[in-house]
Amino acid sequence: MADLILTPNIDTPDDFYAELLATHEGLEKPESDALNARLVLVLANHIGDRDVLSQALKAAALKEETVK
Amino acid sequence: MNKIFETPIYGYERSPDQDAPTPVRHQVAVIGAGPVGLAAAIDLAQQGVEVLVLDDNDKVSFGSRAICFAKRPLEILDRLGCGQPMVDKGVVWNLGKVFFDDRKVFEFDLLPEKGHQRPAFINLQQYYFEEYLVERVRELQSEGAKIEIRGRNKVEAIGTHDDHVKLEVETPEGSYTVEADWLIACDGAGSPTRRMMGLDFVGRVFEDNFLIADVVMEADFPTERWFWFDPPFNKGQSALLHKQPDGVWRIDLQLGWDIDKEREKRPENVIPRLKQMLGDDVEFELEWVSIYTFQCRRMEKFRHGRVIFAGDAAHQVSPFGARGANSGLQDTDNLCWKLKMVIDGRAPESLLDSYDAERIHGADENILNSSRSTDFITPKSEMSRLLRDAVLDLSEHYAFARPLVNSGRLSVPCTYDGSPLNSADAMGGPERTRPGSPCPDAPLGDAFLLPKLAGRFTLLTIDAEAPEVIEEDGIRVERLALSVKDDPTLELKRRYLGDCDSAVYLIRPDQHVAARRPSYDENQFRHAIRRATGKEMN
Repeated sequence: MADLILTPNIDTPDDFYAELLATHEGLEKPESDALNARLVLVLANHIGDRDVLSQALKAAALKEETVK
Repeated sequence: MNKIFETPIYGYERSPDQDAPTPVRHQVAVIGAGPVGLAAAIDLAQQGVEVLVLDDNDKVSFGSRAICFAKRPLEILDRLGCGQPMVDKGVVWNLGKVFFDDRKVFEFDLLPEKGHQRPAFINLQQYYFEEYLVERVRELQSEGAKIEIRGRNKVEAIGTHDDHVKLEVETPEGSYTVEADWLIACDGAGSPTRRMMGLDFVGRVFEDNFLIADVVMEADFPTERWFWFDPPFNKGQSALLHKQPDGVWRIDLQLGWDIDKEREKRPENVIPRLKQMLGDDVEFELEWVSIYTFQCRRMEKFRHGRVIFAGDAAHQVSPFGARGANSGLQDTDNLCWKLKMVIDGRAPESLLDSYDAERIHGADENILNSSRSTDFITPKSEMSRLLRDAVLDLSEHYAFARPLVNSGRLSVPCTYDGSPLNSADAMGGPERTRPGSPCPDAPLGDAFLLPKLAGRFTLLTIDAEAPEVIEEDGIRVERLALSVKDDPTLELKRRYLGDCDSAVYLIRPDQHVAARRPSYDENQFRHAIRRATGKEMN
């Protein structure tokens, strides 16, 4: 079973975060929410692995600390 | 109140220039005796240039202001002969803690890389910083250097000409006119020079206000940087606590946009806020309070003929990341050797345009980083805040989110990638020492590398042969011959050789790499010297 990666794994994290904010720039809150929902589904499809997705859902819910 | 910043240290004295029948011409005039102006003046005076510093005031910085000085500026100050008193007085810190709401979410250690003479950062009040620079000026004067500071000399008008500038200077005893071949404007973010010359200062104003307070207390807080997002004592805002020498603590409190600045600055309003933060039982005394608004902007060009802008006068950033004074010192470090060569006729005037190219690159990098920090600290939309809070919540549980937390990306020197002074990398060694990079320090037994590269063109050879001296069109380059064996810790090898067996580096007077090759090649290095001095701009 693959483990969800919870250690730093994004190259140039500041660039990524700035791009994420820029994608939301100028959107009303409902549009931003919808964008985030689509983003979750796009990323989930990229990951594919059901086990990893389940771990990710738990991690985001802050219910279980799988990997430190 | 602290006596240092209330006592005149370069008080007004009548100058013979004020009684001269025709305006006296100086080689270089500097407007502003802040950290940047003083560093420029010392740098030039050490190189034998005659320099006159004019300041409308006669005291060091009022209040601590810039407090965080990074390694690179400390290395520059070593070359200027005043790094040691700064480091001796300064507070060294490595540990940072991040709080969100009422809990600590994580802590980080700057984990400074070993094998450097200077620490990653020191905290030191700007008034001490300026005091030590003024002491260095006095020392140079006693050695006969032609450097002068004139206090309460306020420049009221500037006339620009092809080969000089003319200044109208107001003093307590009336005004006089003085001339200079070159003018360096270091008169701060509100630069009167910029205004008098009608030059733009374009950028972004962040709709927020921050209260900064210097507090003297005998508190038990450790020597760490503490940053709060949305703390109970400043709901919806942020706060910073940072230690300075003499039991002085810097406190930053975000206040929001719609506030009455004058009201918020009054002690009866400031003290209750601080009590909420520090606890009721902590005894403290308020030394200095100020309120500021963040701005990120820069001039389109820093050089305008014979007038050259440096420091906050040329570019302004928000303070998170300590990129203001730190980048200003890198401006003068970049400028002064070039100006000296142009004054001596050893390089074309166009060499000064590379100051524009390189330091605008640096300013843009600083503006980008400090804008991002400000966007994280003061989210400007609901979604931006949600994402920010999500990062903070996750950072408490998972390491992956911690690099996304941005309470300031601390100042590091920029690499002048793409500079017209660089020769193409002919070595493929370590990334961090590619042409354009600031030389990283390295241990050499009991000594360090950087002091050996002080202030001149150097040919650094590591296990490679080369002539002891190269003279190319008036530029003298001296060899510094090293071997990987000089550093048993192998940092010199890691930082300058990588997988190569030998290396030859051409290093500029400001300790940036101009060219490198695995071995010496006379034609190539002569070409690199010409290029690094603005003689081969294509």
